[in-house]
Amino acid sequence: MHLGLDEPVRECQYNQICTRNSSPMETLSHKKKRTPRRKWQIFPGRNRFYCNGRVMMARQTGVFYLTLVLIMVTSGLFFAFDCPFLASNLTPAIPVIGGVLFLFVLGMLLRASFSDPGVLPRATPDEAADLERQMDAANGSSGPGYRPPPRIREVVINGQTVKLKYCFTCKIFRPPRASHCSLCDNCVERFDHHCPWVGNCVGKRNYRFFYLFILSLSFLTIFIFAFVITHVILRSNRSGFLNALKDSPARYPLTGREVVVCFFSVWSIVGLSGFHTYLISSNQTTNEDIKGSWSTKRAKNNYNPYSYGNVLTNCCAALCGPLHPSLIDRRGFIQPDTPQPLSHSNGSGLYPSTQNHTHMCDQEHCIQSTKFVLQAAATPLLHSDPVMMGRAGPPPSGKTSLGGPCSSLAPSQPSLPSSMPGLGCAGDMLTLRDPDAHCHHHHFVSPEEMPSPLGPSSLVLPFAAHGGHLNPAQLYDPASQDSLHEDSVRGLVKLSSV
Amino acid sequence: MAETHILQDLQHQAAIASKVYVQRDYNSGTICKFQTKFPSELESRVDKQQFEETMQTLNNLYAEAEKIGGKSYLEGCLACMTAYTIFLCMETHYEKVLKKIARFIKEQNEKIYAPLGLLLTDPIERGPRVVEITIFEDRSIGFGR
Repeated sequence: MHLGLDEPVRECQYNQICTRNSSPMETLSHKKKRTPRRKWQIFPGRNRFYCNGRVMMARQTGVFYLTLVLIMVTSGLFFAFDCPFLASNLTPAIPVIGGVLFLFVLGMLLRASFSDPGVLPRATPDEAADLERQMDAANGSSGPGYRPPPRIREVVINGQTVKLKYCFTCKIFRPPRASHCSLCDNCVERFDHHCPWVGNCVGKRNYRFFYLFILSLSFLTIFIFAFVITHVILRSNRSGFLNALKDSPARYPLTGREVVVCFFSVWSIVGLSGFHTYLISSNQTTNEDIKGSWSTKRAKNNYNPYSYGNVLTNCCAALCGPLHPSLIDRRGFIQPDTPQPLSHSNGSGLYPSTQNHTHMCDQEHCIQSTKFVLQAAATPLLHSDPVMMGRAGPPPSGKTSLGGPCSSLAPSQPSLPSSMPGLGCAGDMLTLRDPDAHCHHHHFVSPEEMPSPLGPSSLVLPFAAHGGHLNPAQLYDPASQDSLHEDSVRGLVKLSSV
Repeated sequence: MAETHILQDLQHQAAIASKVYVQRDYNSGTICKFQTKFPSELESRVDKQQFEETMQTLNNLYAEAEKIGGKSYLEGCLACMTAYTIFLCMETHYEKVLKKIARFIKEQNEKIYAPLGLLLTDPIERGPRVVEITIFEDRSIGFGR
């Protein structure tokens, strides 16, 4: 289903412990050892890379292909069946404008989908250790049974106090407006939302492409809708309305369906464009708006510290501001002596800093069971945090009926965004409460809520409780990019090596 | 990033004693700016004034990269009109300034910090979340004071 040109190869590189028979993988790993590897191949987040690291998307890309198909099919039908009539009877400018719009829409969609949204690279082991030291020093000694306070730094920006949270997965204090996307398992700068329609997160680097995509798509759907109606009207003027419709199925079999698709799309996409126009003009992200971070309902003198004060400057800054480069350097070659970022390890140097061999063979079943056990063990330690907002968001192009696709977006917060009055999908978002209705990556907590220094001892207990039939080697072997799994696995291997 | 031959010599000859991290300063918002507070671990190694000057220049360079004004708007509009294909041919303003920063860091390392047994890492390699300063051990090679 995916382009699959250069999908990252998952290799069994810990051959001495890997008991699973995977000879085709091993021969591949031998080959790979000779060629220098690129950084995308050891990227710790849950992303897919194509074209040798040039293209970066989220793991679940099915809905993106649906978006692409819907746009292409509807536009294709328009150009094939309506444009000839309109060009000859009205003006040839119609297909030309339509074509330009269509190409722009596609360009912006691909740009939004394929680019890095602004992923923050994870901390190097030294950096993480330094931060831990600082935090321990700040917290002081803790007595038995004392739960350390949540790791938060407060900073004053333009007179507003903003809390910077510590991300347990990435081992960093998140910059303001950054959020951790649990679908992609990355911290993203200026995180807006994770968009399944686009197949990627929407963040600092691709927000303008996303906005231009939905804006131009609104124009395109209105354009197609208007001219398909015009076509039917012109035809009915000539041969009567009923005859026009009768002709329609016979000669232009899908005009009716086009109208239906466009009708629903117009409302949802235009609504979404309006919502994002509001967000841009007030310099807020979807995340902030849904949480009500800068709403005056929270506190009397609450205001948005990032806003430039006037609508025009906010719009210009969002759309025409400087284009930041990608921070993750996915196509760079891995240098053997440079420290590699952690993927949710204990940070105490359990393994050599070259984390090149963190990608293992994929066995979803074992990953899920391990994750479940760890989360069950860690649940009492967690504090609730509406972090899962990171993965929700209004869908940008609802070309199909609103019920089905919207069920894939599950905001964990019950409060409605105050500024989404006419949005078609808002009704559906209200009814969705169960975050587990979403893809299997979501359990009742998000990975970043796991306090990182669980320690190997606490990992032994869940596995013992699990009946002991998951031996370390078997666990170790099928680790994938799942950072939680890697953490548990490292702990176990350390134990087994003692 | 490419390291100069002086720095490579450092790494071969001296062992890393410790690393100091200068964190970001978010008081002015999300723009890239580092704290200019002098870390206590460097007290014995480098002059406070010198260090603060380096950090201030670094902050100024980042401010130049992120500046929103006529030039950036022009670049943004032009890019939008060409559907962002123009960046296949030219660099963004931000990337140009990042190169300038890399040159600045290299120059500072060569002239000031390497002779003192210190190494500044370009922040872009770390996020840019931190300025990583590697302190090398004082060996009998004559580093340090």
